[in-house]
Amino acid sequence: MSARFSSRLWWPLAGLALLLVFNLIFDRGFFELSTRNGNLYGPLLLVLHLSVKVMFLALGMTLVIATGGVDLSVGSVAAVVGALVAHLAASGQWPFFSLIGVAIGLAALAGLINGTLVSVGGLQPIVATLILMVLGRGVALGITGGNPIQVSQSGLLYLGRGFFLGLPVSLWLVAAFFAGTSLLCRKTATGLFVAAVGDNETASRISGVNTRVVKLLVYAFCSVCAAVAALITIGDIGRIEPDRLGQLLELDAITAVVVGGTVLTGGRFSLAGSIIGAVLIQALTTTLIRQGMSSDVAPVPKALAILAVCLLQSERLRSQLKWGRGR
Amino acid sequence: MKLRLRAQQLPILATAIVLVGLFSVFSILFRNFLSARVIADLFTNNAHVGIIAVGMTFVILSGGIDLSVGAVLAFTTILIATLIERHQVAPPLALAIAILAGTAFGALMGTLIQVYRLPPFLVTLAGMFLARGLAFVVNPQSLEIKHALYNAVVDYGLPVSGTASLRATSLTFIAVFLLALLVAHFTDFGRNVYALGGNEQSAFLMGLPVARTKIAIYAVSGFCASLAGVVLTFYKQSGDPSSGLGLELDAIASVVIGGTLLSGGVGYMAGTLMGVLIYGIILVGLDFHGGFDSSWQRIIIGALLLVFIGLQRFLSRASALVGAR
Repeated sequence: MSARFSSRLWWPLAGLALLLVFNLIFDRGFFELSTRNGNLYGPLLLVLHLSVKVMFLALGMTLVIATGGVDLSVGSVAAVVGALVAHLAASGQWPFFSLIGVAIGLAALAGLINGTLVSVGGLQPIVATLILMVLGRGVALGITGGNPIQVSQSGLLYLGRGFFLGLPVSLWLVAAFFAGTSLLCRKTATGLFVAAVGDNETASRISGVNTRVVKLLVYAFCSVCAAVAALITIGDIGRIEPDRLGQLLELDAITAVVVGGTVLTGGRFSLAGSIIGAVLIQALTTTLIRQGMSSDVAPVPKALAILAVCLLQSERLRSQLKWGRGR
Repeated sequence: MKLRLRAQQLPILATAIVLVGLFSVFSILFRNFLSARVIADLFTNNAHVGIIAVGMTFVILSGGIDLSVGAVLAFTTILIATLIERHQVAPPLALAIAILAGTAFGALMGTLIQVYRLPPFLVTLAGMFLARGLAFVVNPQSLEIKHALYNAVVDYGLPVSGTASLRATSLTFIAVFLLALLVAHFTDFGRNVYALGGNEQSAFLMGLPVARTKIAIYAVSGFCASLAGVVLTFYKQSGDPSSGLGLELDAIASVVIGGTLLSGGVGYMAGTLMGVLIYGIILVGLDFHGGFDSSWQRIIIGALLLVFIGLQRFLSRASALVGAR
C-alpha cells in the first residue's frame, strides 16, 4: 500500500523537481526571494500564491472524484459566494465574521443540493452539477446586476493579500485546510469510507457504509472549499467580476487532481498529490511565461500535463512500450 | 417492450411541449413575437451553437463527451481570419484548411481515447486547453475579415415570407441538422453510435467496428465544431481567439434538454434541435420583455435542466420497474 502511495506521488513530484532544475540552470531569478517589511516576496511565492485558489478547489474536488463523482459547479458556486459577499460587504453593515458565515452557509447549501441530486436522486454527477453550474452563474450575475463590485472590507482584503509571520495568509489557510483534511482522512475512517464508495458503491453499502451521507458530505465540503477560494480571490483582486470569477475553475481543479495522481473513476486518492498537481501546473505556466511565452497561451502547458499523466497511466501504452523494447 | 419504447420517447415529447409552450406564452405576451422573422432569426443567431450541439449529440449518444468544441471553434475562427487577412489565402481554401484542421484534431482525440483507453473527459479537456492556447498562438487579438466574398455571403438571404429571410448561416445549420438526422437514424454509422453508447462491450462482441466508429465520432464532433467556427466568422465577420468560451456546456445542456441521456445510447437528433431552439427562444423572450437581463436565461435554463433530468430519471426508473416485472 505504501509503495503504491509513493509511486503515485512520484510522477508529479518528479515533474516539479524537473521544473525547478530547469529554472536553476536557465533562470536563477526564479529563486530570488526578497523581504519587504518582514514579508517574503519572489517568483516562488508568487507561484504558490497564484495556485492557492486551485489548491483549495482541488482539495474538495479530490474527495468528490474519489467517490467516483465530479463537481462542475465549483466555479459557479465561487461566483455566487463572491458576488453575495461582495454585495453584502459593500453595504458596510456586515461584520467580517458574519460574511464568512454567510459564505460557508451558502456554499454548504449548494453542496448539499449537488449531493442530494447525486446520492438521493441517483443522477450522474456531471449532469447533476451541470445544473448548479449553469444556474449559479445566472444567480451571480443577478446579484451584482452584471457589474463588477469593489471590495474594500479590511478583513476580506487581509484574507487575499495579507501576510502572517512573513508568508501570505492564503498560504497559511490552505496549509491548515490541507492538514485538517488529511488528518480527518488518515486518522479517522473518513478517508476509507470515501475511497470505498468510489471503489465499489454497492459493496460499501452492503458492508454498512452510509454511502448517501458520505456523498452528501463530500459535495458539501467541495462547495465550502470553493467558497473559501472565492473569498481569497475577491480579497486578492479587490473586486468581483461575476461573469469571470471562477470561469473554468472547475476544469483547473479537475486538472490538478488528475495530474496529482487521483484517477477519475474513483477509489484511492491523494490529497497531497492534488496540492502538488496545482503547484506543478502553476509552476509550469509561470516558468514558460518567464521564458517568454505569452500568458494567453497558458492553457497549452495544462493540456500537455493532462495528456502526459493520462498516457503514463495508460496500461496500453505501457504494454506497447514493453513490447517495443522486447523486440 | 412497447411501454419501454414509449418511455424512451417521452423526454423528447416533453421537450416538444416545452418548446411549443414557451413559444405560445411569448406569442401571447408580446406583439410581433409570432412572426417568420423571429423564427428565422432564431436559426441565424443560434446556428453555431446548433451545429456544435449536433456533433455533440453523436458524442453523447456514444456515451462520451467532448469539452473541446468551444476552443476548436475559436481556433477555427482566428485561423480563417489570419489566413485571409494576413496571408491573402482565398476564402474557400482557408475554410477548407480550417475545417480539415478541426476534423483532424477531433480524429486525433478520438484515436487517443480509443487506442490508449483514456477517459474522453480528460482527453477532450486537454484538447480544449490545447486548442484555446493554439488559437492565441495564431493571433492574440480578434481580427476583422474584409473580403468581397465574405460580404457577398453575408448579404445573401433566402426570402421566406415578407421581410424575413434565412441567412447562409442558418441554411448551413439546417442542412447540417438534416444530414445528421439521416446519418443518426438511417445509416450503419448511426446504428453503431447507438450500439456503442448502449453497451460498448456488446457492440464489440457483436463484431461492430467499435474502434473505427469511436474515432469517427470525435472526428465528426471536431468537424462540426470547426464548421460552427466557419459559420461564426460569417455571422460576426471576424475571428476571435477568445470566442466560444463555455460553449461546450451550452451545447451539452442543449443536448440534455433535448432528451438525450448523458449515459449514452438513448436520444434523438430532433431533440437536440428543439433543445437549441429552447435555449435561443428564452433569450429572445427576455429580449422582448426588456426588463430582465441575460442572467435570467441561465437561471431558467438551469431550472429547465433540473426538470428535464428529473423527468428522464423518473421515466427510466419507471421503465426499469416495468421491465423487471
